[in-house]
Amino acid sequence: MGEPEELPAWSVPSDAVERITTRWPDAVTRAWAWGDATGAGVRVCILDSGIEPEHPLVGEVQRSVVVSVDGDGAVTVADDAEGDLCGHGTACAGIVRSLAPGCELTSVRVLGAGYTGSGEVLLAGLRWAVEAGFDVINMSLSTTKRKFAEELHELADDAYFKRTMLVASAHNMPVESYPWRFASVVSVASHGEDDPFVFYANPSPPVEFFARGVDLRVAWLGGATIVSTGNSFATPHITGICALIRSKHPDLTPSELKSVLYLTSSNVGGER
Amino acid sequence: MTDDLRAAVAAGALASDDAHRALLQATVDVARAIFGARAASIFLLDEEADELVFEAVSGEGAAELVGTRLPSSTGVAGWVLVTRQPLVLDDVQSDPRFSRETAEKTGYVPKGLMAVPLLHDERSLGVLQVLDRPQRSRFSLEEMDLLGLFAAQAAVGLELMRTARIARGALEGKGELAVLARVAAALERLEDGRREAGLRLLGELERVLT
Repeated sequence: MGEPEELPAWSVPSDAVERITTRWPDAVTRAWAWGDATGAGVRVCILDSGIEPEHPLVGEVQRSVVVSVDGDGAVTVADDAEGDLCGHGTACAGIVRSLAPGCELTSVRVLGAGYTGSGEVLLAGLRWAVEAGFDVINMSLSTTKRKFAEELHELADDAYFKRTMLVASAHNMPVESYPWRFASVVSVASHGEDDPFVFYANPSPPVEFFARGVDLRVAWLGGATIVSTGNSFATPHITGICALIRSKHPDLTPSELKSVLYLTSSNVGGER
Repeated sequence: MTDDLRAAVAAGALASDDAHRALLQATVDVARAIFGARAASIFLLDEEADELVFEAVSGEGAAELVGTRLPSSTGVAGWVLVTRQPLVLDDVQSDPRFSRETAEKTGYVPKGLMAVPLLHDERSLGVLQVLDRPQRSRFSLEEMDLLGLFAAQAAVGLELMRTARIARGALEGKGELAVLARVAAALERLEDGRREAGLRLLGELERVLT
């Protein structure tokens, strides 16, 4: 017999296994998961219509960029002074800020350059955000175009392996859409209660969690607020809670973070 | 039969644009009635211009709005079209930009709106909006479901209209095939006796040609 074959790159001898410092308690409580956390040190990305600068409910936005793709497919990511072209991104940012006041917010604007090509812009924006290594990316949007599904899937997996938690709005219409259906993301739909910390694990996926998304007052354009409803507002609630958990337990992988969400859901162990 | 010939015959037999408009109009009328709203409207995406166009309006502002155009990826309708996510907003007058733009375009500023994408297969065809439903109570998830069901119906109407327009448009540059569409359309319009005679004549023509 010759020399033993070299181990594949992803195998590891048992004496070289990296020690993981997170100590899991017998019961995962909310106090353990995010008690006293503010989101400090956690970088959250809002992939949306932009964020209005200096909105009182949003506060400081670390950076704002706009993504564009030209006819040849060349991607440009530039600093963005446009603010928000709809109001929606500002609303999402305000929700995340209300739950995780200490987190850093970055706006990646993927709207405004027209509908045509918006799928390419969405992909390019997500790719930029994954490469930038955010801790949590809020995606209150989806695409129905199958040609983007495979690339989105790969990006979602890239995010997963880079410890970036992708939180995506589920669709409540009878169509196939992405990326919320991918197992590597956290998918969110709405419940009708008022408490921002009430969220439910869904025992019948693909929708994994239900969070507050009905008749809530959110930040909007012009420093104002409006009352609004949609899964797209439920999503930043889970993003904010992920930011809190991440700030207290920075070494959690997305799968562990999803498990903590499950264990602290209001219909699982959330009362503890 | 080639696809072009098939399209030529089909285009001749298609319902007119007016019939499709009537279908969309009925959809917005019923949407407005079901939600007890002041107005309802359907925007169609004009892919060439990359703009949203009001195709059907029921209620407030109806006469002025049809044909009005909006950007396809800004504002509430643009966000809904691009992100494929429904959105419900109340008290939107607190948004000065929204109020100004809408008032300039329509002369009517809603206080609340529900907007839902019109999705057909993998295409985002347009947006259905329901304006100013009564503020009797909290918005409910059941209403959101109802809106989604409605949008599915409206999307079918919009898709029929879109494909019919494409079929007609395709014929304009093909004179030799357009005659087939005109013959098919003429046959559709004839009363029974003359239609039978026309079909007999076509049968003879078919025998000569084959």
